[in-house]
Amino acid sequence: MSNEQILHTGASAILAHDTDHGEHAGHHHHETFITKYIFSQDHKMIAKQFLITGMIWAVIGGLMSVLFRIQLAYPDTSFPFLETLLGNKWAKGGHISADAYYALVTTHGTVMVFFVLTAGLSGTFSNFLIPLQVGARDMASPFMNMLSYWFFFISGVIMMSSLFVENGPFSGGWTAYPPLSALGSASPGSKTGMDLWLISMALFVVSQLLGGLNYIATILNMRTKGMSMTRLPLTIWAFFFTAVLGVLSFPVLLSGFILLIFDRNFGTSFYLSDIFVNGVGALPNEGGSAILYQHLFWFLGHPEVYIIILPGMGMVSEILSTNSRKPIFGYMAMVGSLFAIAVLAFLVWAHHMFVSGMNPFLGSFFVLLTLLIAVPSAIKVFNWLTTLWRGNIRFTPAMLYSIGFVSMFISGGLTGIWLGNSALDIHLHDTYFIIAHFHLVMGVAGIFGMYAGIYHWFPKMFGRYMNNTLAYIHFWVTLTGAYLIFWPMHYEGLAGMPRRYYDYTNWESFKMFAGLNLFITIVAIIVFAVQLLFLFNFFYSIFKGRKVTSQNPWGSTTLEWTTPIHPGHGNWIGEIPEVYRWPYDYGKDGKDFIAQTTPIGAEETVTH
Amino acid sequence: METTAVAADTNWWNGGKSPFNVEYGKLMMWYFLMSDSFTFGAFLISYGTVRFSSNGWPNPNEVFRSYPGSGEINAPLVFVSIMTFILIMSSVTMVLAVHAGHERDKKGVMTYLAWTILGGLAFLSCQAWEWNHLFHEGAWWGRNPFPNSDGTASSTNFTNFFFTITGFHGFHVFSGVVINIIMLIMTAMDTFEKKGHYLMIEKAGLYWHFVDLVWVFVFTCFYLL
Repeated sequence: MSNEQILHTGASAILAHDTDHGEHAGHHHHETFITKYIFSQDHKMIAKQFLITGMIWAVIGGLMSVLFRIQLAYPDTSFPFLETLLGNKWAKGGHISADAYYALVTTHGTVMVFFVLTAGLSGTFSNFLIPLQVGARDMASPFMNMLSYWFFFISGVIMMSSLFVENGPFSGGWTAYPPLSALGSASPGSKTGMDLWLISMALFVVSQLLGGLNYIATILNMRTKGMSMTRLPLTIWAFFFTAVLGVLSFPVLLSGFILLIFDRNFGTSFYLSDIFVNGVGALPNEGGSAILYQHLFWFLGHPEVYIIILPGMGMVSEILSTNSRKPIFGYMAMVGSLFAIAVLAFLVWAHHMFVSGMNPFLGSFFVLLTLLIAVPSAIKVFNWLTTLWRGNIRFTPAMLYSIGFVSMFISGGLTGIWLGNSALDIHLHDTYFIIAHFHLVMGVAGIFGMYAGIYHWFPKMFGRYMNNTLAYIHFWVTLTGAYLIFWPMHYEGLAGMPRRYYDYTNWESFKMFAGLNLFITIVAIIVFAVQLLFLFNFFYSIFKGRKVTSQNPWGSTTLEWTTPIHPGHGNWIGEIPEVYRWPYDYGKDGKDFIAQTTPIGAEETVTH
Repeated sequence: METTAVAADTNWWNGGKSPFNVEYGKLMMWYFLMSDSFTFGAFLISYGTVRFSSNGWPNPNEVFRSYPGSGEINAPLVFVSIMTFILIMSSVTMVLAVHAGHERDKKGVMTYLAWTILGGLAFLSCQAWEWNHLFHEGAWWGRNPFPNSDGTASSTNFTNFFFTITGFHGFHVFSGVVINIIMLIMTAMDTFEKKGHYLMIEKAGLYWHFVDLVWVFVFTCFYLL
């Protein structure tokens, strides 16, 4: 089915007359290959750099999950190909070693959370959409924007190199709790691998800061004439709060890491006290607190999950409204709930630490604040559903992924209410229930938001469409697969099956899950394979996809669709258009849609 | 300063202009300072957490009681008071530099920037002396020769935090001095005269005042409490 068939509405309200002259747009200056594709200062190119780097990391991180799922499914079968692939240190005799398993789990977490769902998601779409949707030629500081990408790139190179050091990458979990992360003698991965992990993450914080400052300054200062804050598309509001969260929470992580670096290398004991290491003996460190690190880590760690999910929420709001041909339900409530989530994000971190030895009295406050997040989250969900309600829905791949996002967010969000209770956490903490919860609500929902964004804005990015048939296969297999993988994990977790174990065969109580674990692994491999299909579709379509012929293929109201099909550096030819209305005038006064650039007519009904 | 006349009912948030007429660089600087204050906040709160869960803590009046050439004289907090005074005075000269920038007074900017740089360097030299002095008394990361104020043996966290946080602050002062030197060179080369405004000096000033403000907290936490 082609996009025109899905659209089948009069999306040609504004037909482009000067569409294919994009290369002459904006400031025309001489660009070499290096300034155009490598050290580019064009926000659209930087967005693509973030996207493709994120995709490479997603493949690496996803492949890692397949590898450790193989271990969980076949704890006592050997696969010679694993030794070929990973070498005899990680997979001697075709069997993934325990150290390699923990390294894979740790790196999978770090890479997915930071490189894919933070840099790959918000890095891509904040860069791409902010100037286009607020009506700016580029970011406030294109140079800082470029630096932001290259800090991310270097951070990735260092993380990648940690996979190849002699003792292997860090293996103490993506949260890097001391003492495992603070003592080189704690495990092989705690040696050089951990140093590289810390350096990589510190550079990543710098990248986030440079990017975030730019996003905030651009949104506040560079809006085109008429683009008041309440006429911003919800995508921009979401990117704004995401950037604020990042700018205020990453520095705390940096402080935590600096203290950790001192503990590792300079004999301090910020996080260490009363420790005995087998084979080393009692350590002299005293007076430190491992829980202090957890506080510092989760002060970032919790806002981080909103940094991941907010861009998805923003894009999904936009895509649902566009493809339902209806205004978003409750615009101000959407903005207000984003704001509430951003504020509450800073007040709930200790719910990750209920059973860590933290004062249980303190826990009760964090239960209350955590459960409060259910309110703005529910507002958003109901507003999405009411936006769909009686809409003239067009099931484009982006729309399917947006609906999938809402589905995942509900499924994973409901278990969040369980886990927010400190009493239930005594039973559920560190089990597969947690894995199921955060993968659905943050991991899969986040990546669904990313897919929705890619499918929706691919025509704007590359001037071509992705193949819809492949996209539908990709969607249905991924959606079904994600539920088949993570739903059963709830049962395993309720039965007490702990996470981060290498081999469950020694426990009588978990033997009943052997078949289920095998099933999950098989689905995981299928889902991973389908993601490769997506990658094929993506890269094939960049060069061979069907060409976009109209300026505004989705019949959308926002400013990015008023640029030429191939916007040059500077985005608009001539003047930047002025904005007269909010971005959700769909199905108003008998018109399919009214672009933001259309002045308010004399006889128009309600105006925003 | 931007003093373009605007109608009183102008809605600053309607797009097409910067809210409050703030240029984006200054906005970025403010957000950066907010971000940086969280970095320092995290350090100081960590310090407080560890300190208040410890059984005892050394008395700063007994640790910081020397100045160069003081010998065995007991002069608690005299030297650090001088350091603090120098840093605050450098903030005053920075204000004067920014003010001279508003007046488009190139010579004034250069004079006061030079004094600010001098103040920053003086502060850093004082810190270097103090670190060196403490090092020779046996203090360093992981080593703490000072007993708790009640005479019991202290953990090493007193010195651990002292060197980490004052070091991190000193690194900020150092960056500020480098920034100010760059500003001085740019002023000398007429960069701002050509631009027609000295807003860069103002942004450097924001950073410098922030670093001073942070010192007030660091000073309070380590020397007074």
